[in-house]
Amino acid sequence: MKRVYANEKWCLGCHLCEYNCAFANSKEVNMIKALKGKKIFPRIHVDGDNSINFAVSCRHCQDPICVKSCISGALSIKDGVICIDHDKCVGCLTCILVCPYGAVAKGKNGVVQKCELCLENSCGEPACVKGCPNNAIVYEER
Amino acid sequence: MKQYVIIGNSIAATGCIDGIRSIDKKGKITVISEEKYHAYCRPLISYYLEGKTDLAKMNYRSQDYYDKMNCNVIYGQKAVKINKYSNEIVLDDNKIIQYDKLCVATGSSPFVPPFIGLENVENKFSFMTIDDTLALEASVNKNSKVLIVGAGLIGLKCAEGLKNRAAEITVCDLADRILSSILDNECAAIMQETLEKNGISFMLGDSAERFEKNKAFMKSGKTVDFDVLVLAVGVRANTSLVKDAGGSVNRGIIIDDKMETTIENVYAAGDCTEGNDISFGNKRVLAILPNAYMQGKCAGINMAGVNTVFDNAIPMNSIGFFGLHVMTAGSYFGEKDGGEMYEEKRENSLKRLFTRNGLLTGYIMIGNVAKAGIYTSLIREKTPLDSIDFDLLKKDATFAAFSHEDRISKFGGAV
Repeated sequence: MKRVYANEKWCLGCHLCEYNCAFANSKEVNMIKALKGKKIFPRIHVDGDNSINFAVSCRHCQDPICVKSCISGALSIKDGVICIDHDKCVGCLTCILVCPYGAVAKGKNGVVQKCELCLENSCGEPACVKGCPNNAIVYEER
Repeated sequence: MKQYVIIGNSIAATGCIDGIRSIDKKGKITVISEEKYHAYCRPLISYYLEGKTDLAKMNYRSQDYYDKMNCNVIYGQKAVKINKYSNEIVLDDNKIIQYDKLCVATGSSPFVPPFIGLENVENKFSFMTIDDTLALEASVNKNSKVLIVGAGLIGLKCAEGLKNRAAEITVCDLADRILSSILDNECAAIMQETLEKNGISFMLGDSAERFEKNKAFMKSGKTVDFDVLVLAVGVRANTSLVKDAGGSVNRGIIIDDKMETTIENVYAAGDCTEGNDISFGNKRVLAILPNAYMQGKCAGINMAGVNTVFDNAIPMNSIGFFGLHVMTAGSYFGEKDGGEMYEEKRENSLKRLFTRNGLLTGYIMIGNVAKAGIYTSLIREKTPLDSIDFDLLKKDATFAAFSHEDRISKFGGAV
């Protein structure tokens, strides 16, 4: 299955992936309208320190502990992609408690959101990868 | 064709079904469900009262789950006996069901101490099941005074759930702090303050001694008038089926890392069990949903004939009250037991990390709980702290604290 991988040597730490992610999932057609002046809730985040940066998003684990731990049945695996049903999620954050990558986070309305590889939004392929200026994130089969 | 029988129909049972079907697509699976419902998300009953979910959304799996998994579910009946010599279970109508492999996933029941006069209280409820919840919902109105006995996870989630449905809510507990099983004094005080700010009253270090119809007489001599009484003192693992059949039972059904009980062909999973807690180094009842699923799945795979273990269980909880979240995991060892504590306080958040012998053994995080799972995995994987930059990681859950090589192996390799 194709997944998103980061190359920390090429990551500039520009955070553009976070903005592209937030825009792709905003349902807006205009990036400025979608993001300007708003607190954004991206599903990918740039981690690192002064010397190194890398983007972290859901690894779509084959045996995902978040799905096994979800108390509301909101997380499930569809064709290898770990998906969240925002309507079922109650925001208990147990997935944040267990994800070893720190890759899930609370969204705007209190329920959890996570990377679904942009397969469900208008982008159709990971917007973070598409917009990365330095090819520091790739979407590929490994 | 193998015959699988699962007693119980909640999260551990679902894990068991998933586990069996990941190996054996054909064997016959029979599930004995005492409750007349599809497996549902038990911890969501407080969210139901709060209006954050509804009965349909509380189904753990899709409506066609049992059909898809080719399971026969017997609703509204109870298993009363395991006959280990003939590999049979007996139901409450004397019906006998044969098994090749059996999983006991009977969960736990509310423990109600023998309070004097409790029989005189008409409006009294436990808070464990959908039926409890619907009955409680029907008895509470905007004018109700509610007394909840027990300031643990169940009692306090019940208090939060009822907040906008009742006039007054008082929670009492014999312990001198709330959430005493997962929080230390200072952390408990922070959570208590939030609950109090949101209108929940507490009587701690005090408990009911006797009851009249609408009145509790406390140990301290105080009295509390109430319209509705919720009993959330604690739970007890449902162990009797295995105990009566001669299996090893302590506070829960004793299981090994394969989820086998001491009876041949009988496995157990979920809140009814006592398995290894690797953060504590001993057996414990770990009555939490993630462990129930993982134990159930492990049992199912073993029952279907493939060897597997679930050998890194720890206690862990994520719970919020009125928007303030607290996460806890593992065990906290004090100085006298060779443990150390690191504390990080920021505005509106507190983090306490507990270490011993070069390992992270537990933590409490209040407020900012982002990326807590990174700490949880250090406990579960017993990561030696000298292999990472723990001073950096203490402050912030960042992968910068891991070596480049560790990051590559964790994240699936560099481009």
